[in-house]
Formats: sequence, structure tokens, C-alpha cells
Amino acid sequence: MAPPFSWLRPEPQGLYVTPANAWIDPSRAVDLALVTHGHADHARGGHGTTVATPETLAIMALRYGVIEAGSRAVAYGETVALRGDVRATYVPAGHVLGSAQILLEHGGERVVITGDYKRRADPTCTPFAVTPCDVFVTEATFGLPVFKHPSIADEMAKLLAARENDAGRCVLVGAYALGKAQRVIAELRAAGYHETIWLHGAMEKMCRLYEDHGIDLGDLKPVAGVPKAALENAIIVCPPSALNDRWSRRLPDPVTAMASGWMRVRQRARQRGVELPLIISDHADWDELTTTIAQVNPTETWITHGREEALLRWCELTQRKARALALVGYEDEDD
Amino acid sequence: MQRFAALLDALVLTPSRNAKLALLASYLRETPDPDRGWALAALTDGLDFPAVKAGTIRALMAERVDPVLWTLSREYVGDTAETASLLWPEPLGEQLPPTSVAEVVATLIATNRATAPATVAELMDRLDVNGRYAFLKLATGAMRIGISARLAKVAFAQAFDVRVEDVEEYWHGQAPPYLPLFDWAANGAAPPRTDLLPLFRPFMLAHPLEAESIDLADYAAEWKWDGIRVQIVHVAGETRVYSRGGDDISATFPEVSAALTTPCVLDGELLVRGAHQGGEAGGAASFNALQQRLGRKTVSKAMLRDSPAFVRLYDLLIEGADDLREQAWEYRRTRLEALVPRLDPERFDISQVIAAKSFDDLAEIRARARDEAIEGVMLKRRDSPYVAGRRTGLWYKWKRDPLLIDCVLMYAQRGSGKRSSFYSDFTFGCWNGDPDQGAELLPVGKAYFGFTDAELKELDRHVRQNTVAKFGPVRETDKSLVFEVAFDSVHTSKRHKSGVAMRFPRISRIRNDKPAHEADRLETLKALIAD
Repeated sequence: MAPPFSWLRPEPQGLYVTPANAWIDPSRAVDLALVTHGHADHARGGHGTTVATPETLAIMALRYGVIEAGSRAVAYGETVALRGDVRATYVPAGHVLGSAQILLEHGGERVVITGDYKRRADPTCTPFAVTPCDVFVTEATFGLPVFKHPSIADEMAKLLAARENDAGRCVLVGAYALGKAQRVIAELRAAGYHETIWLHGAMEKMCRLYEDHGIDLGDLKPVAGVPKAALENAIIVCPPSALNDRWSRRLPDPVTAMASGWMRVRQRARQRGVELPLIISDHADWDELTTTIAQVNPTETWITHGREEALLRWCELTQRKARALALVGYEDEDD
Repeated sequence: MQRFAALLDALVLTPSRNAKLALLASYLRETPDPDRGWALAALTDGLDFPAVKAGTIRALMAERVDPVLWTLSREYVGDTAETASLLWPEPLGEQLPPTSVAEVVATLIATNRATAPATVAELMDRLDVNGRYAFLKLATGAMRIGISARLAKVAFAQAFDVRVEDVEEYWHGQAPPYLPLFDWAANGAAPPRTDLLPLFRPFMLAHPLEAESIDLADYAAEWKWDGIRVQIVHVAGETRVYSRGGDDISATFPEVSAALTTPCVLDGELLVRGAHQGGEAGGAASFNALQQRLGRKTVSKAMLRDSPAFVRLYDLLIEGADDLREQAWEYRRTRLEALVPRLDPERFDISQVIAAKSFDDLAEIRARARDEAIEGVMLKRRDSPYVAGRRTGLWYKWKRDPLLIDCVLMYAQRGSGKRSSFYSDFTFGCWNGDPDQGAELLPVGKAYFGFTDAELKELDRHVRQNTVAKFGPVRETDKSLVFEVAFDSVHTSKRHKSGVAMRFPRISRIRNDKPAHEADRLETLKALIAD
């Protein structure tokens, strides 16, 4: 008999499901890809067949400009049968719109691959569902005990206060174009902010896609061509890369804000020239990671992309069997 | 305490100097005594609690956090206080935060080595994450958040609309929480007494000479020596040597501080003995030689023997109980000339007035200054009082013309603050041989000023359009742009691959007309070395 879980192999370009000849979030084109969510480091184009949620497929179509040939939509809770007697079920991960954990079942063994996930409430996506399994493959982007994301209501209050305090300036919020931007906008609306929110050109289509999926983002307008004076006291959302780019010179003395879990650490905020760090992340923080492992309570925990060592140490301290997977290609410098 | 924590956070994240000043000024205006004074002391390294050290914090953390998790976190965050503030376990139940900085300071003053851990832990439990960071920074005295004493003084002056020179003068000799200082600035009380302590008096500074000519009947000319400007104060048996910024550097130059026993305040140039500046008669080594002695807390016997320091005197501010600062330069000069023979000749001499019959005559003398390795000349109005800072029309510096060399732009890095969207820090190089015979460019210096706003835009555009590689914030360019670099002098350096280090390099103009292979060679630069 084969050793337990040997049908699932970590390879440099992703997790390989041997009997099904399928890859999870592969970093290069393969015949059959099971994709957890639409961020570029997980969802690359050009696969023979892409299996993902309808939302993720829509995001990929928007990003790559074409609908992937042979794409196969799987709704949350739906199971697809793959070759070699492997069953894959897509379960909400709470990371961004359409994000899924993938439950793989084979030979009586259950493996959950979380992709990226968080446990906080998010008005723009379906919450994470705890799924019992034997092997839990968890992300570890914020896998250090210093990362404890504060409540998003506090961060929204900081953002709105900065806008109030700096009359004549605008607040420029750097946020990932997929997920973070829409979540920040939706949370601003929830906090009672109903003015126009201005968008960098790279944000517009993704916001429309969210709205097409029934997520109300209120009044959004592109910032292009708008005179400086009209943007005083405005909130503008742009990708993190645009924060200190020439593009921002057209804005009225922007207060540079960035919505990211990395903002917890002052020097990270300083290095990026961020004046107003907003600690908002779509990844699980340390407490969420450890609580989730405890709740899922798997036989084995496999830890991937991020700070594996600390989470590995935590597993050791709590007598849990764990290993770090060395997968390359996942980066989340801006989240 | 929360206000102080918020101030600290804002200061850490505010890149612009003006915005930092505004934040500090409004804090000083709006915060009551004695909190604002304690905060000021904390920000300017004026606080020390011997019982609380970084080791105290590490020991407390070791009881609360697994050592492996601590090390991984500390390595990532890069700052012990911040790591501890983030990892400190939130206490159960509601805790009342300390109301004031003063309460925290009083508690810390009252602790000793034995009680410190419990005291620190109790305060940590009562603070939130930002409060814990501010508290640990204050308690361990390792602020390092980019607030210089000078910046704090300027903010203080701004807060209460008083002169920064007065702040400088009254600040020295005051202990935290500086109540008399606030009483004077905020409430108009009499200023604190300063005549009984070896205090720093703000320097009088000069403007660059821009006029075509100047009448030597009104102005006296002196050499501008290339050392560091110092003030030496002796009062009530104590001597202090202060640098331009008012830092006490007495311990770095013990032979100078030990040599003055006459009660007075002197202004002069600190130099090292040698035959480089002004030849044998000049008696001073190059700035490079002096640099070996700067920034040391202790000085070896060998250093004192091989590079002895002395001060070439420019001015006399106070002699005994006689404050001469309101008097004319000419009068102070007479008094200085009368005083110098009574000082230790090994450590003090006087900067000679240049005997020039006319301005043209002086221009000729100045033109020879480079051969003499002197920075240039100073012009001082004969009737000028000694006033703090730069006042128009009184003192001028007339530096010799800068050296020029054509260099090739190699790397560029983004600036900070207002310049954060511009590539504004430029590394440039010279050829290490004939570029047509396969010579390479070697970096020879870095410059981030000298250009106009329009030129900066042009340089920024050039960098973006001609990038060949990126290393984090640094871009490597295709090495096609030549600019003329102006600099004051060049010295040999073991720390640089090119073997040279330039002083005050700045970009004087962009040479779009010049192809890169016609830029200067390293040998040209080396020929200008003045060591």
C-alpha cells in the first residue's frame, strides 16, 4: 500500500495530484489546473482545462481578455469527479470574490487546500467554511505572531478621520485591484461614506465585475481627466504600485494611505512612503491561522507560501504534525 | 500617554520636515506641563532610566513568548520595542491606561533593577499596542525616529513664536521637563539664567557672496579653513567643546578641552596639525585627516600623538563676565588678539586677517587658495555684532570656485518626501581608462542636489526611459547621460572601489551635448586629489 497522502506531491510549480494528472494553482501552463482564486500568482492563463468557481473564471476572463478554452465552472459545494478516482469539492475561502478552498478526496483520504483565506467578515465575498480533513494545506502569508489585524471598523475610522483632518488634500488609498479595493470601498459605504469614490484606471473594470456579481459599491468615477480642485477632500483608490508613481502628481497633495496587512510594521509603512497605514488584509492573521488549524484539527498540517517557520514552530509547540512545503511563485508583497 | 503615542506614530510616518515641525509644534502648544517637557526630552534623548534597558524588555518577553517565535518576529520587524509591543499578550479585563507621560516617567524614575521588570510589565498591561511602542521607546531611550535636537528646537520656536536662537541658548543647561523654558516661551516669564554654566551659544553664520565686489573699508577678510566649526566654552572650572549643531564633542577632543582654563566663549575652526592647508605656516592637515578623529567617544594615545587637534580662533563671544556679542567685530577682534597670547599656543592660534589692499587684490589672493588647500575666504563687516544664524549683509563666505568634472549617470534612486515620485539620487561614474579600448565606468560619487526643478524632471524622465535593470528602489541606467558635477575637493578613500571620495558633489548642469565616452576619466579626477 502506498504511504498516506503520497498521491499529492508538492512540486516547485505547485501541488500535483498524481492520479488525476491535475495541478493546484500551477505557476505555469498545464493540462488540468484547479484554481483557488483569481489573483495573478494563483490563476495563470493558458491551461488546457481550468477548473474554478464561476466568479474566478469571470475574473480570469477579465484579466487575460479571453475566456479560457476548456474552462469548467464549479459552484461552492459542488463536487467534480476527476480521473484516477479523485473528487474535488470547492468550498468558500473568504479571501476575495469567488475564492475557494479545494477539498480533494482519494482512497478514503481527505485533503483541504486553502489557497489564500481569511476569517474576518467581508461584504464582498462568501465566508470561509471550516471543512474537516486529514491533511490541511494552509497558507502562511502572515504567519508570524506580530501580525494581528485590527478590526476593519477602526481602520475605516482612521481613513475617514484623515480625510476630515486634511482639508484641501485628498486621501490616496493603495489597494490590490482585485478584492482589497472593492472591500475597502464596500466597508467605506458600510461606515456611512456615500460620496463619490474615485478610481485609478486599473481599478475600474474589476469594480464593475464585482457590481455585476451583485456587490453594491456606490458611486464610483474614474479619476482620469478630473481637475485637481475637484479632487480636494476626495478618497481615491489606486493599485499600490501607483502610490508613488508619476501618476499621483496630478492629485491635490495626497495623503498616502495603503491598505495592507504589512502595514502592521512601521518600517514597512515607512519604506513605502506611506503616511496613513491601514492594516487591512485579505489573508488570515496569526490568530486566524492558528485558530483555523485548531478548528479543522487535521492529522497533518502542511504550510505553504509565507512565513512557514513560525507556524511550523507553533504546530510543534501544540503537538501537531506539520511540514513546510517549498512551493515557489506565490508572492503577496502588497496584500 | 495616548497623545504622546499618537505623536510618535505620526512622526515616524511623516516624511516631510515641515509636516514634522507642524506636528511637534502643535503637540508642544496643546499639551500641558510637565508632559510636553518630558515628551520633548524623550524625543531628543534627554531621558535616561538606568534600571530599564533593552535587556529588561527581552527578559520580560522571554517569559511570555516562545524564544523561537520571538527571534523570528524580531528578525522580521527589525526593532525590539516594536516587536515587543506587538507580541505583548493583551491582558484580561479592562485596564486603566496611564493618564500622562509624567506618570510614566515618575514610575520609571522610582524603579530600580530589582523592581523594573514588574513595573514595566504593569505599565505594558495598561497600554494598547501603539501605547506600548511609545512607552518602550521612552523607557529604553532608543528613539531613533529621525527627530534631531535641532528639529525639536525649531518646532519649539514655531510653537510659541520665539526666536530659535534664543531657544538654543536657553535650552542648554535646562533639565527635563524644562519648566522654566516653557514658562518663558509660553507665558512670557523671564528667560532662564545662562551665565553660570558652560552653555552653547548659537553660531553666527555667513551667506554666500553674490555681489560682484565689496568695499574692504567696511569688510575684513579672513581665510575660511577646512575643518569643523567649534565653540569652546570655559566657565566655573568646566570646559565644553561644541560642534556646529550644538553637540558636546569635548570627549572627542580631550586635548582641546583640557587646554582652556580662561573663562570665555570662543569661536573657531577645529583642525589637526599638519602642513596641508596653507603649507608649513598654515600648520593644518586636510579635512580627511581630521575626519579620522570625528565621531569617536574615546581617543587612543596614538591618535592624540599622531593627529593632535587645535583650534584656529575666529571670534570671542564672552570673556569673563563680559558678553561681547553686541559689540562690533572690530572690537571683539582686538579683545581676541589680546587674549590669544594668554592661551596655550599648542592648542590655540588666531586666524589671520588677510592683508588685501583692494577687492581685486583679494580676488587674486583667493584664486591661490586652492594651491594652499584652503576653502576660500570669509568677509566680515567690521561693525557687525555676533548674532545667531545668518543675517543679511554682515558675514559672507566667498568660497573658491568649485572643481568640475564630467561624469556619466549610472544609477538612480527615488527620493523621499516631496521627491518620492522622482528619481532624484544619482550615482555617477568616470571611465577607468579609454572607453574605446574597453574601459569601464566606476562609480565615483552620489549627488542629490544642484539641479533645478525643471532639470530634475528631465533627469527623472531620462532614468525612466533608459532603465536597463532594477534593484529594489534603485534603477540602473543605460549610462548614456553625461552631467557636469561640481565639488569642493576630492580625497583618496579605501572604502570606495574607485579609490576616491568627493566632498559636496552636486550636479551643476546636464551635458546633453556630450556623448558618454567623452566623459572624464578616473585619472583626471585622481589628479585633483588634495590629501
